Amino acid sequence: MAYSPHTPADREQMLAAVGVASVDDLFADISPRFRPGSFEVPPPLVEQQVRAELARLAGRNRIAEVSFLGAGAYRHLVPSVVNEVIGRSEFSTSYTPYQPEVSQGTLQSIYEFQSLICELTGMEVASASHYDGATATAEAALMACRLTRRDRIVVSGALSPDYRRVLATYCSGPGIEIVELPADLSAGGSGQTDATAGEGVIDERAACLVVAQPNFLGQVEPMAELAELAHAAGAQLVAVVEPTSLAVLAAPGSYGADIVAAEGQPLGIPVSFGGPYLGLMAANMASVRQMPGRLVGATRDAQGRRGYVLTLQAREQHIRREKAASNICTNQALCALAATAYLAAVGPEGLREVAELSMTQARHVASALEAAGLGERRFSGAYFSEVAIRLPEAERRHAQLAERGIVAGLPLGRDFPELADTLLLAATELTSDADIERLVDALEATR
Amino acid sequence: MYPDDLRYSKDHEWVRVEGSRATIGITNFAADELGDIVFVELPEVGAQLAQFASFGVVESVKAVSDLYAPVSGEVAEVNEALREKPELMNADPFGEGWILRIELKAPDEVEQLMDAAAYHAQTAA
Repeated sequence: MAYSPHTPADREQMLAAVGVASVDDLFADISPRFRPGSFEVPPPLVEQQVRAELARLAGRNRIAEVSFLGAGAYRHLVPSVVNEVIGRSEFSTSYTPYQPEVSQGTLQSIYEFQSLICELTGMEVASASHYDGATATAEAALMACRLTRRDRIVVSGALSPDYRRVLATYCSGPGIEIVELPADLSAGGSGQTDATAGEGVIDERAACLVVAQPNFLGQVEPMAELAELAHAAGAQLVAVVEPTSLAVLAAPGSYGADIVAAEGQPLGIPVSFGGPYLGLMAANMASVRQMPGRLVGATRDAQGRRGYVLTLQAREQHIRREKAASNICTNQALCALAATAYLAAVGPEGLREVAELSMTQARHVASALEAAGLGERRFSGAYFSEVAIRLPEAERRHAQLAERGIVAGLPLGRDFPELADTLLLAATELTSDADIERLVDALEATR
Repeated sequence: MYPDDLRYSKDHEWVRVEGSRATIGITNFAADELGDIVFVELPEVGAQLAQFASFGVVESVKAVSDLYAPVSGEVAEVNEALREKPELMNADPFGEGWILRIELKAPDEVEQLMDAAAYHAQTAA
């Protein structure tokens, strides 16, 4: 049965009102090859047939047996308690509380999340979460523009190319200029953002400097030096961090970061077809009124009992409308709860073990490839759990390994022309010695 | 109800002119309508205000409103006390709850504003 609430005359009238000749004209911006040819669907199937068909489709997925792909998303062990907690229907079925104070349990879980993120980052206030690390980064940059009343964003040349694309999208509307502070990509160089290249880039026009720690190439950045560079120009430092690294690297609050943005996926959320992800954001109290998104605060009720509220809501779009700190942000309550359960389960020592094991295995990857004469580290200096390896014909060999169920990281030449023949290989505590042997053997076979 | 020595805008700001300087605040009517004021965003000293353009934001427990400059000028002084005690705008809107002082750019603009009687008539309507 065709269902349409509008008569042909209704449609004619509406099309005339917006000034197009046909409904198809409304989709003129979408290439015809991406438009459905028809909405005719096949006849119904019985349940067994549907199962068989879906199993056939699922069989077309290529599952990597061994993966060294990171580049912003990392495969870590998710303790069973995480899924046990987030699977509870009180959490998994509830939508964002629109009468928040009656949902004390939900608010408390968000408050615990914020407290953990503050502890991890060394910052004073954390938001109730954002959509993902890239949008949290873009929101942090816009927040810096509001705080400084400036409209230029300086991004490190070693920030994730994906994050830079999202930033460009966010900045295209308000007309915010983006300039790059280049990274040293030379062979054997530091692979770090070049703090000496700030002249003419970071000055009184710059709202912030956005730097990732560790950076996209896996290298550890001189954050204190970069913070000083930003602050000397009256700009803010936006630190984009990988959360497990904070167990071993300095907390952003300790080196003067003004705003922290992060992808929270490594904290108890599996990698899965590109999502869901979890944006983290933290800042200091002096900046809280320009912070986007929800904030949960703790207070006392009339009888002196502890309670939780949505606080400083006047920043938000349901009150401030077009002047809200953001009209394009959302939170990821269930993923934030997963991160909360994860951090509570592993604790500070557990997180440190995760970080140290990941670092150890990344060094094992580098040394195994170097010992086999397959390639060598592209950069010098400290790295965390991801390492850039120069290796001849990286693209071809990467494709050949993929055929054999091995994802040999990310070929960097796609986004960094200077880094052709370089693979970015990530390790975590789930990377076994046997995985590394398979990688080495498979690469040997592609010589 | 409204002091006679002040001039009033339809956006509920008041102006007290002393020589080339004007002190600006919001009226008790506006403060009562907003409810408990919890935050006010102030411009920086030196900022240029255009008549009837927004220069800041006042936030109460139930609403957020723009503040509009009743007259043009350059900000000479802001009421720093409001950063810690925005509730002064409720408690003493025509006195300690003043918002800022400006150096008038076009003193004639004051003539476009209402006197106390006209403002009373507007708020009573």
